Amino acid sequence: MDQFSVKVFVRLRPSVLDPAGEATKSASIKLGAEGIKSLRIGKMIELKIEGNGETEVREKIDLLCDRLFANTVIEDYEYSLEKL
Amino acid sequence: MDNFTVGVVVFPGSNCDRDVSWALEGCLDIRTKYLWHESSDLSDVDAIVLPGGFSYGDYLRCGAIARFSPLINALDEFVKSGKRVLGICNGFQILTESGFLPGALVANKNLNFICDDVELDIVSSKGGWFNNGDEKQTIKLPIAHGEGRYHCDSDTLKRLLDNELITLRYKNNPNGSSFDIAGITNEKGNVLGLMPHPERACDETIGGTDGLYTLKSLILK
Repeated sequence: MDQFSVKVFVRLRPSVLDPAGEATKSASIKLGAEGIKSLRIGKMIELKIEGNGETEVREKIDLLCDRLFANTVIEDYEYSLEKL
Repeated sequence: MDNFTVGVVVFPGSNCDRDVSWALEGCLDIRTKYLWHESSDLSDVDAIVLPGGFSYGDYLRCGAIARFSPLINALDEFVKSGKRVLGICNGFQILTESGFLPGALVANKNLNFICDDVELDIVSSKGGWFNNGDEKQTIKLPIAHGEGRYHCDSDTLKRLLDNELITLRYKNNPNGSSFDIAGITNEKGNVLGLMPHPERACDETIGGTDGLYTLKSLILK
């Protein structure tokens, strides 16, 4: 069995308004940071997972992302995978 | 109401289960039975309510974890058999997460948790959940949510409109919902999801009775 470290990034789709991101952008400007053009808040999920090779592990991660980690009606996801 | 029994689902974090049960039993004389979310035996209930609250602490997304409970897995057959399912607030979020209803519910546009009475237009009486007479009907129901902004893509909205699946629209959209949507049904009409709380509007002494009709319609065949 191989072990992999996976980082999943879940983001609201560009078409979905992100009021928390807008509020944070507003606070960032009040802090004095200049030049912020956009700010959107997402989630990062880290996991360690075992499997027989990268292909099998990617299948599991795809299922997890598609069915649980992200709601694809409103969110997109991507992930990076590193063999330990 | 004979032996007709409404199952009221209880998740860890549900907090409107008792309100729903009280409204059905005390105001409408309809028998209820609490169903723990790990139960998958729905054989002795005739309709189901998914009540409001914060199932599983709203972890990940509202309704995202509840979707994987044994009870929700069993709901597919129940819905296919034509029996009625009502999802209120968090129950609506669970119904969208689990794919029984299209779209999703996301954070309110102004980020506030809104607790208020709102006026709603009844747009469709699909499924018989609302009393939609000849003239345009307006009702008043309480809302209490932080993530009640209904979102869907334009194809889904067109499908909702073409099939008259939008049942309720906010008169003064409080949360930024697409097309002012407050409640929708599935195409068959036996599943209704709505953000307002009909169970909190079943007695004049607490501010109104506009929720009675929807709860009573659970007993429709």
